[in-house]
Amino acid sequence: MAEPILELRDVRTHFPVSQGFLFKRALGTVKAVDGVTLSLGRGEVLGLVGESGCGKSTLARTIMQLLPTTGGAVILEGKNLTTGSAGDVHHIRRDLQMVFQDPYASLNPRMTVFDTLAEPLRVHRVCPATGVPARVAELMQLVGLAPRFMQKYPHEFSGGQRQRIAIARALALEPKIIIADEPVSALDVSIQAQILNLLAQLVRKMNLSLVFIAHDLAVVKHISDRVAVMYLGKIVELGRAADVIERPRHPYTRALVSAIPTPNPDLERTRQRIVLPGDPPSPMNPPSGCAFHPRCPHAREICKSGVPPLFEFEPYREVACVRVEEIANL
Amino acid sequence: MASASSLPSAVLAEPIEQGNSLWRDAWLRLQKNKLAVFGLWALIVITVLCVAGPWLMRYGYEEQNLDLGASAPSGAHWLGTDTLGRDLLVRLLYGGRVSLAVGLCATFVALTIGVTYGAVAGFFGGKLDAVMMRAVDIMYSLPFAIFVILLMVFFGRNIILLFVAIGAVEWLTMARIVRSQVMAIKKMEFIEAARSLGFGRRRIIFRHILPNVLGPIIVYTTLTIPGVMLLEAFLSFLGLGVQPPMSSWGVLIKDGAEKMEEFPWLLVFPGAMFSLTLFSLNFLGDGLRDALDVRSSKD
Repeated sequence: MAEPILELRDVRTHFPVSQGFLFKRALGTVKAVDGVTLSLGRGEVLGLVGESGCGKSTLARTIMQLLPTTGGAVILEGKNLTTGSAGDVHHIRRDLQMVFQDPYASLNPRMTVFDTLAEPLRVHRVCPATGVPARVAELMQLVGLAPRFMQKYPHEFSGGQRQRIAIARALALEPKIIIADEPVSALDVSIQAQILNLLAQLVRKMNLSLVFIAHDLAVVKHISDRVAVMYLGKIVELGRAADVIERPRHPYTRALVSAIPTPNPDLERTRQRIVLPGDPPSPMNPPSGCAFHPRCPHAREICKSGVPPLFEFEPYREVACVRVEEIANL
Repeated sequence: MASASSLPSAVLAEPIEQGNSLWRDAWLRLQKNKLAVFGLWALIVITVLCVAGPWLMRYGYEEQNLDLGASAPSGAHWLGTDTLGRDLLVRLLYGGRVSLAVGLCATFVALTIGVTYGAVAGFFGGKLDAVMMRAVDIMYSLPFAIFVILLMVFFGRNIILLFVAIGAVEWLTMARIVRSQVMAIKKMEFIEAARSLGFGRRRIIFRHILPNVLGPIIVYTTLTIPGVMLLEAFLSFLGLGVQPPMSSWGVLIKDGAEKMEEFPWLLVFPGAMFSLTLFSLNFLGDGLRDALDVRSSKD
């Protein structure tokens, strides 16, 4: 893999849960992100999948330094962001930007498109004041919006158009990395493809690195170079996108992949679904050993003790499962 | 907000389409509400009359004519005179100045304290918020009348004190409203986006949070003014408010009520004027609430 632009080393984000005011009583800790190690190459698209509540969005906000890290390091081009001073963090904002899930909530309803896109240019003095309108028009064209709409307000646009505005805002500072937190899950299916293609095209054109978060494997496969599968705050499988989805190794990934509907009705009828029993456990009180063992069809006594490490099972494939070799051919 | 004038039209070959801001949408909706429009116009007329009226009158508000005494409305005194022979119209308009001024100033005091306090508590949250809001709860439970009477006894009867006393009580609700609004807006993704873009805390509060809580603040303000004016009337009625020979609507209603059996016009005119003002403010407030309701304007 090419030299990484972003590295996560054993990143942990825990939230204390307490009750009462003034005299707080600690009830426990939610380990939303619990020891994630990942790297992102230049120009690479990394898909991050997992079910709701597994810590994907928390991980995104931790990388963005919107949430304080409990432990570990987020390293951007050799600089550790978690120990940097406020000034450093301010500076790295230009390299690291985020696109949010809900385009209805991620744009300030009182600001025109022009104001929304011009604000970062002005605050960071990216271009001379006289150049701002031209730059805003350029950004709008880049995401496929007609610049003549620049004086309109977010509520005058459709969901897909709003997401385009949000993407333009993220691109305003010419970042090196974009973190997209389920950027298409709030959109109609017909619009999803447009936004995905736009992101893919921008990544190529601007040599961006993209962390693409989704809970839909089909969407991730379409856009990603590599995929990381998350379960209860940990990465359980990591590998090349097509590879992971065609030959999943971890039992959890297998279950996820088996849930992808096939467009071919004949195949769809014979598709074997692996239905997982129960609900995801509470991240406040995770099961012992492998967090997935209570729901895993292949669980044995050994799975209940000792957290399985993520190890290189085969070239370009890391899996966190002690029984991965035994079950590989099942 | 940046205006279209900051855009050199040379940037684009095609003309720029103007958008409708949420404020403009709200204004258009407000104009469709007949009661609210009536209220707005009634308030404008009343304000202009009260401000300009007393200068145009032949009589002063404190000018007595003991020989005349209380007289019914006539050509010389359109609304009649009170028991001391003072012209009721002048006293009514002059009293309007005092009542409106108390309403506006006390509301301004409440607004300033309430918005600042609520925004700080809501934005920073946590322990600070808990301590600040418990303080509000405690102040809520103090009996207002006793609080004001104590103030008047210690500091003497004075109109400035009246503003402060009323404002100091009315800000509590404002603080609660602003706090809850700020907390709701603070968690929205566009605030996270602003933080991701590296904007400072001050910019986030003033450019991104406050414009979005302004709607509820405006609505609550228009509904606070009549409440404050009623309080002033109530205090004046108890003899704790504005002192003669100055007048306010509360003072006039109190005087009128004492003599309503013999001289009913002394109660009817101030009462009608006061009610009209309160109705207008309430209609306008209700209309603004409907017009500014973000839920109905979102899609």
